[in-house]
Amino acid sequence: MSQVLPAEGGLRRIIGDGATLPDGEVEGLSADDLLALYRNLVLLRTYDERSVVYHRQGRIGTYAIFWNHEAMQVGSVFALEERDWIFPSYRDSAIGLLRGMPVSTVLSWWRGHPAGWWNPHDYNVASICVPIGTQVPHAVGFAWGSRLKGEDRVAIVNFGDGATSEGSFHEGATFAGVMKAPVIFFCNNNQWAISTPLAKQTAAPTLADKAIGYGMPGLRVDGGDVLAVYEATREAVARARAGEGPTFIEAVTYRVAPHATADDPSSYIDEERVEEEKEHECVGRYERYLKRLGLLTEEHEEQVRKGALELMRAGMAEAEAEPPPDLALVFEHAYAAPPPGLADDLAELRRILGQ
Amino acid sequence: MTQLLLVEAVNEALHVEMERDPAVLVMGEDVGRLGGVFRATVGLQDRFGADRCVDTPLAEAGILGTAVGLCMAGWRPVCEMQYDAFSYPALDQLINHVGRYRWRTRGKMSFPLVVRMPYGGGVRAPELHDDSPETYYVHTPGVKVAIPSTPADAKGLLAAAIRDPDPVVVFEPKLIYRTARGEVPEGEHVVPLGEARVAREGSDVTLVAYGAMVVVAERAADALEGEASCEVLDLRTLKPLDEAALLTSVAKTGRAVLVQEAPRVCGFAAEVAAVLAEKAIFDLRGPVLRVTGYDVPYPHWQLEDAYMPSVERVVDAVRRLLAA
Repeated sequence: MSQVLPAEGGLRRIIGDGATLPDGEVEGLSADDLLALYRNLVLLRTYDERSVVYHRQGRIGTYAIFWNHEAMQVGSVFALEERDWIFPSYRDSAIGLLRGMPVSTVLSWWRGHPAGWWNPHDYNVASICVPIGTQVPHAVGFAWGSRLKGEDRVAIVNFGDGATSEGSFHEGATFAGVMKAPVIFFCNNNQWAISTPLAKQTAAPTLADKAIGYGMPGLRVDGGDVLAVYEATREAVARARAGEGPTFIEAVTYRVAPHATADDPSSYIDEERVEEEKEHECVGRYERYLKRLGLLTEEHEEQVRKGALELMRAGMAEAEAEPPPDLALVFEHAYAAPPPGLADDLAELRRILGQ
Repeated sequence: MTQLLLVEAVNEALHVEMERDPAVLVMGEDVGRLGGVFRATVGLQDRFGADRCVDTPLAEAGILGTAVGLCMAGWRPVCEMQYDAFSYPALDQLINHVGRYRWRTRGKMSFPLVVRMPYGGGVRAPELHDDSPETYYVHTPGVKVAIPSTPADAKGLLAAAIRDPDPVVVFEPKLIYRTARGEVPEGEHVVPLGEARVAREGSDVTLVAYGAMVVVAERAADALEGEASCEVLDLRTLKPLDEAALLTSVAKTGRAVLVQEAPRVCGFAAEVAAVLAEKAIFDLRGPVLRVTGYDVPYPHWQLEDAYMPSVERVVDAVRRLLAA
C-alpha cells in the first residue's frame, strides 16, 4: 500500500533563474533529450502563435490559445512511451504533433473540416475533448481495461483547473482510485476558467489536495518548468507501471493569453500580472537554461524556429488544399450500420442541391 | 426451449454472450456479489470472475464514461443502470461521447457498448424508480434503442445489442420482469435489431406498443374481442424503427392507437405518429390517437395506476377511433 499524503507544499522546480535560484538537473536526461524537449517546445509555441495569426486572417475558426502551456504538454508527454495513450482537452489540441500527427490534421480541426478528425489508434491520442473534464473517465477506463488485458500501457489525461469542479472528473478519479488504474491526472492549473479565477472554482487550498480524497498522491509542480513537469510525470508513470495506481499532478502556471480567440480578458484580468508572468514564459525560461548549460547556440535556436515555421506553412497549405468535404460525410460514420433513413436523407439532399 | 421469466432470460443472455466472447464485460452497481438488485446478473461473477463482472462505485457517469475507455482498450462493456431514473447522470457521457465518438474518428473506432436498465412504472416504488426515459436515448444520434416485451425477445435483443458494433441501450420492463414467462430458445439466440413483431393479428385497428405496454395492448385487444379486431404491433426496437412493419400494419387496418408509458410531449409515440402522417396519411381512416403517461412527474404510487396507460384508456381510444 502506498501512503497517500497531503500534497507537497511548494512547487517542484528544476530550472533556476540564472541569478539567485540555482539550476537543477533531471537524472537520466541526455543532452539530446534536453534538445529534443526544446524542439518540441518550439514546435508547439510556433503552432500556437501561427494559429492566432491564421485566425486573424480568417483561415481557421475560433481557436483555444495555449501560449505558455507548452512546457506542461511537452514535459508530460516526454515521460510517456509511444504505446501510452493521451486524452487531451481542447487546450491541448496540438499535443498530437508530439506523436507525429501532421500539422494539417490539427489545423483542419480548427478549420471545421472533417479531415481534422484522426484515428486515435494511429497516434495513441484520443480525440480532442470539448466538453470540460468529460474525457477523464475515458482515460481511466482505457487504463483499467488495458491493465485487465495484461497490457503495459498507461494513460494520461490533460485538463484544466475548472475541470476539477466537474462531476466527470470526480467520478473518473473515484473509479481510478478504486480500480488502481494506471492513469495520470495532469491538471494544467492556469488559474482561470474563462473569467472565473481559481478562488471561485474551489475552496481547496490546492488542487493537488483533492487527490487525497481519491486515495492517490498529489504532486505540485511549476507548470512553466518543462523539466519539473517531466520529472513529476516520470514518477507518476513509474508508479502506474508498477501497479500502484493513479497519480494527480497539479502543474501551476498562469494564463497570459485570452481563453480563446473569441475572448476579451481585459474586463476581468489583471494586465500587470499578465505582463509579469509573460517575463517568465516557459519557452524563454528553458532557452536561457540551455544556454547557461552551453547546450544551445543562437544558430541552433534560429534553425529550430525556422524549421517549425516551415512545418506550419506547409501544414497550412496542406489544410487549405483539402477539397471541400463531400455531403455524404454529414451522414457517414455515426453508425457502423446506419439506419436506412439516413441514405434517403442524403439522396433527398443531393436532389435538392442538384448534386 | 425452456420456460423462463423475462429477468431470467436477461440473465441467460449475459451468460451465453460472456461465454461466447471473452471481451464482454458486465459492470454496474451491485451487479457482482449481489447479482443486481433485480438479480439480472446473478451467477456471472462466480462464473466469469470479478474482473468481468465488476461491482462499480455508485457513479453512473463514471460507469458509462469508463465504458467508453474500456471500448478503446478492446472490451465490449455491458453497463447496468440500476433503475431508469438513476441513468440521468450518465446522459452527460451518452450525449457528449457515446453517440459521437465513432463519428469523431470517421468510423475508425467502434464503441460496442451496451447500456441495459430496468425501466417503467407500476411497481409501487418510491419516486424516480418508475420512469420511462427512452426518448432521451432515442433522440441521441449514434445510439440504438431496444425494448423487449417477452422473455425470448429479452434474451435475443440483448444478445443482438452485445454483438452490435454500435452503442445500444436496452430498456427492460421491470413491471413484467417476473410476470412475463415464456418459451426461450436455449443457447445462442439473437433477435435482430430493427425488426418489429406482430404480437397479434387483427383488421380494424393497430395498437402500437413496446415494453410493458404490449401487455396492456394485448389485454385491451382481449377486452374488445367481438367489438373490434385489434392488431398489436410490438416495436421491439425504437431505433432503428421498423417502418415497414408499421406501415404494413396500418395499411391493413387504417387506424392506429399508440401506447407509451412516458410523458406525452415528444414521447416516442409522437415520432410514430409523425411517420404515419408522412407516409401513411392516405391509408388512415381516422386520426392517430395516443394513450400515454401525462406531462407531469411520475406520481406517488398510490396514484400511479391513474397515470399509467390502462386497458380502459386503450379500449376507450379504440372506441373513439372506430366511432370517428
